[in-house]
Amino acid sequence: MCINMVKVAFKVNGEHIELDVSPRELLINTLRSKLGLTSVKYGCGIGECGACTVLVNGEPVLACLTLTVDVNSKDIITLEGLSKNGLTDIQRAFIEEGAIQCGYCTPGFIIMAEYMLREVPNPTISDVKEYLKGNLCRCTGYINIFRAVLKAAKSRVSR
Amino acid sequence: MVIEIPLVNITARNTHIIPFEFEYYEPRSLEEALELLAKFKGEAKILAGGTDLLVKMKTRIIEPKVIVNIKRIQGLRYIIEENEHIRIGALTTLRDIEKSTIVEKNLPALHDAVKVMGSIQIRNMATLVGNLCNASPAADTAPPLLVYNARVVAMSTRGKRFIPLEEFFKGPGITALEPDEMLVEVIVKKNNKGSSAFEKVSRVVVDLAIASAAVYAEISSDGVIEDSRVAVGSVAPKPIRTRILEERIKGLRLGSEELKKAIYEIDREISPITDVRSTAEYRRHIVKVLVWNAIERVYRRIRGECV
Repeated sequence: MCINMVKVAFKVNGEHIELDVSPRELLINTLRSKLGLTSVKYGCGIGECGACTVLVNGEPVLACLTLTVDVNSKDIITLEGLSKNGLTDIQRAFIEEGAIQCGYCTPGFIIMAEYMLREVPNPTISDVKEYLKGNLCRCTGYINIFRAVLKAAKSRVSR
Repeated sequence: MVIEIPLVNITARNTHIIPFEFEYYEPRSLEEALELLAKFKGEAKILAGGTDLLVKMKTRIIEPKVIVNIKRIQGLRYIIEENEHIRIGALTTLRDIEKSTIVEKNLPALHDAVKVMGSIQIRNMATLVGNLCNASPAADTAPPLLVYNARVVAMSTRGKRFIPLEEFFKGPGITALEPDEMLVEVIVKKNNKGSSAFEKVSRVVVDLAIASAAVYAEISSDGVIEDSRVAVGSVAPKPIRTRILEERIKGLRLGSEELKKAIYEIDREISPITDVRSTAEYRRHIVKVLVWNAIERVYRRIRGECV
């Protein structure tokens, strides 16, 4: 069974997608160039910066190191999906705490923060640092990002 | 003294797409995968987590003609505890190992190692077996598995063979696997008498190790090393056991001057190089500190402290 173009079917942000892709196509390219989901950012391309993080079946995955054929039949969530019904609590906290400068790394951080709050609803600062250590930000120095994520966590717990 | 640090090859840039064509296969069973490997021999590469393979393909360090994606094969993702052994399957991720209470309880050095490997994204994608097959001298899972005397199971259409992990690593990126073989399982014998620990240093938390050390030891309640196994990473062409050191530290007391002197003798067993991460001199120094710290940590674990 040799494959040149492969038919793939998967869900992105709740929407059913069917595409013919080359096996060498990377998920980041499919999401950005074919589906217009530009929250998925291309940073280092080798799995070090976390800017391309998306959720695949609820788990964080680097779209720059994933073949599109490999997400066949899976369920993908990008930041567009998380904020379908307006800004999320994490996004609001990022704005309020000034956790953004250029904004390029922000989607990756918010995806990871969302994943963390699902696993650890009441995180400590060391939890936040552990979950976000695969995301690089070259502007803010991280302090405001940590503050924003802790703020969002607090507001979720008290809700 | 001038230290020469080799430059990173910046002509090999990465891209949004793998920059060459390959044939792609998605076997649904182990048998089907092994037949593909037998058919294509050295031309095929196995894809699991992809965190090493796809980076090497994007930067054109390797250009395999055939990719065999094994992730659709059922029944290769497991951590099974038996009476005397723990068995870990080929598709078990580093994150699975990190979250496993079986590993935390029985293989604390391996648990230490996966907790400090890469980011959560990487640990969620990368597999233990992939880390071994990549055969980096800096593979963090290797020193713990070496001190547990782990064996790996290689399969091909010709059959199955068990390889002690120490014989599995042949050099940087080189393993004992034949081109048609696939590593399907890691088997670790449980050690109930002593305990184990892993230590490493790296430039930043998500980077590869500058040096690492794993220790399994049986230590008396007054702090005398009765038996030990020590393995180190990033200080030789492959992860290695340091058997001369193991022999020398037997009977020595923790914190003693004799133990310090004995650990200094590790110089005879290692051959570190200078690269972008560290100088050889620093590696020689820090690996001794790591071995010392790992022994201390084992002792605290034996005493029931939470470390």
